[in-house]
Amino acid sequence: MINQSMIKISNLHKRFGKVHALRGVNLNIGEGELFAYLGPNGSGKTTTIRILTSLTNPTEGEAFLNGYSVLKQRLDAKMQCGVVAQHINLDNELTVEENLSIHGMLFGMGKKDRAKAIDEFLEYVDLADRKKTLIKQLSGGLKRRVMIARALMHRPKIVFLDEPTVGLDPSIRRKIWSFIKKAQNDGATILLTTHYIEEAEFLADRVAFLDTGSIVVIDSPQNLMDRMGAWALDTMNNGDISTEYFKSREQAEASAKGRQYTGFTVRRVNLEDAFIAQTGKKTIGEAAPAKSPHGGAHSSGHGHGGHGSHQKGGH
Amino acid sequence: MNGSFAVYYREMVILKRKIFKQIASMAVSPLLYLAAFGFAMGRDFDMDGMTYMQFLVPGLVAMASMTQAFSIASEINISRFYWHIFEEFQSAPLANVQYVIGEVAAAITRALLAVSVIMVLALCFGVTLSINLYFVGAIVINAALFGSVAVICAMLVKSHADQSLVTSFIITPMAFLGGTFFPLDRMPGAVQAILKLLPLTHAAKAIRTSAHGGVPPLFSYALLLVLFGVFFSIAIICVNKARN
Repeated sequence: MINQSMIKISNLHKRFGKVHALRGVNLNIGEGELFAYLGPNGSGKTTTIRILTSLTNPTEGEAFLNGYSVLKQRLDAKMQCGVVAQHINLDNELTVEENLSIHGMLFGMGKKDRAKAIDEFLEYVDLADRKKTLIKQLSGGLKRRVMIARALMHRPKIVFLDEPTVGLDPSIRRKIWSFIKKAQNDGATILLTTHYIEEAEFLADRVAFLDTGSIVVIDSPQNLMDRMGAWALDTMNNGDISTEYFKSREQAEASAKGRQYTGFTVRRVNLEDAFIAQTGKKTIGEAAPAKSPHGGAHSSGHGHGGHGSHQKGGH
Repeated sequence: MNGSFAVYYREMVILKRKIFKQIASMAVSPLLYLAAFGFAMGRDFDMDGMTYMQFLVPGLVAMASMTQAFSIASEINISRFYWHIFEEFQSAPLANVQYVIGEVAAAITRALLAVSVIMVLALCFGVTLSINLYFVGAIVINAALFGSVAVICAMLVKSHADQSLVTSFIITPMAFLGGTFFPLDRMPGAVQAILKLLPLTHAAKAIRTSAHGGVPPLFSYALLLVLFGVFFSIAIICVNKARN
């Protein structure tokens, strides 16, 4: 059951020449929801966001932001949202304050409101002391924080986060997660695209698995994982990894005994297991192994979440 | 008009940040033309009752108002291809017309700055121009026209390299052949007819006449305004097309 629909997508298609990037996507995201759009590179995540933020037109279909059509009421629809793009799109030659000030002007904020919002949101992302710093003097992680402050400073009802933590180290990623959660707690509806499993698992109320332009399944992370069982047993044999799922750790460990293998891991089921089961992919990063968050594609099987035990040798 | 002002403000902050470099670069070419063509080569030439230097300076003003206004195309390209700032504008509630107004206003400001630099340089060579409404009007309309062309160009090109091709094949030839350095009546009749179609020809004529206290032909202003209207409208369409 969702609250009032803030993001509504109906039968959305996008073709780039012969490439059919989106194939009839339908989606309803309720007010205050944090919704994760999960899929490998090239699955259509960014294309969806680009359509919703008017950066590109759909080939077919329609989308609404807080009731405003992104095609027919473009300016009203854009007024509803803040965007953190996948790549850094700050003005390198300008200071943090100047970048935010221009954004405020674009959203019709007066001088006093802009000044107040800049101070408030730089405080929000722990960058109050960097107000006068040129963007080119900031690290990648700090630039991401500026982009989050910029996306929130006009208090949008909807926030689009397109791979907001890509390329950042884990400690900075967690810091950004806390800003995202804070934005949701302040009332924003958030659509997050990611191919980091743990990001979606930790942050999202609901998740959509996207594969080659189609939504495969939508549910809460917990429900998706519960469908698999609580524990997973990964066994490796001659370089091949296979995974089985069990209700308890004891069952998983018992199953591992009496088998031939070169190594095994018993671990908690994670969202990637659900993704693999639903899409038939070998990993979330299958489409683009070079950019896999786990540092590369596996020959078979998938990355391992925490809470597991690992053992070498066989019986 | 907050949106247009945001676009204009951004361009002005960037201009201000490198103002000394900008003024120096705006001064180099006119200084060389004044020294080589005006002072050294054209010292003894008489052009329709005026010295060559008096003929040349308004031509340089017309040329600078065109080239400096057109140079915003490079700024837009850098922000589009390297910094992705254009996406920030595209995802904001900014109408296409507001974006074009902001960029054209920035083009006019750059042109007026470049013209001021030339007028100071001309003073050093003993040439004083009359500053009046006709003079400023012709510069502003010419800059607005080429600012609009710059936006069109920036939206159509696929890379920074394509941009320099447009400069080499369109802007530079026009700068030399649009009545800047010599009167058009010294060219063969057929060539004259072609050159009279160039907007810079009419801008140079209007600026030259008004700079020496005369009343320029209003046809030149009318033509420049019509062309500005056409290119401004095309610029809005191109910004919309750049979405995909």
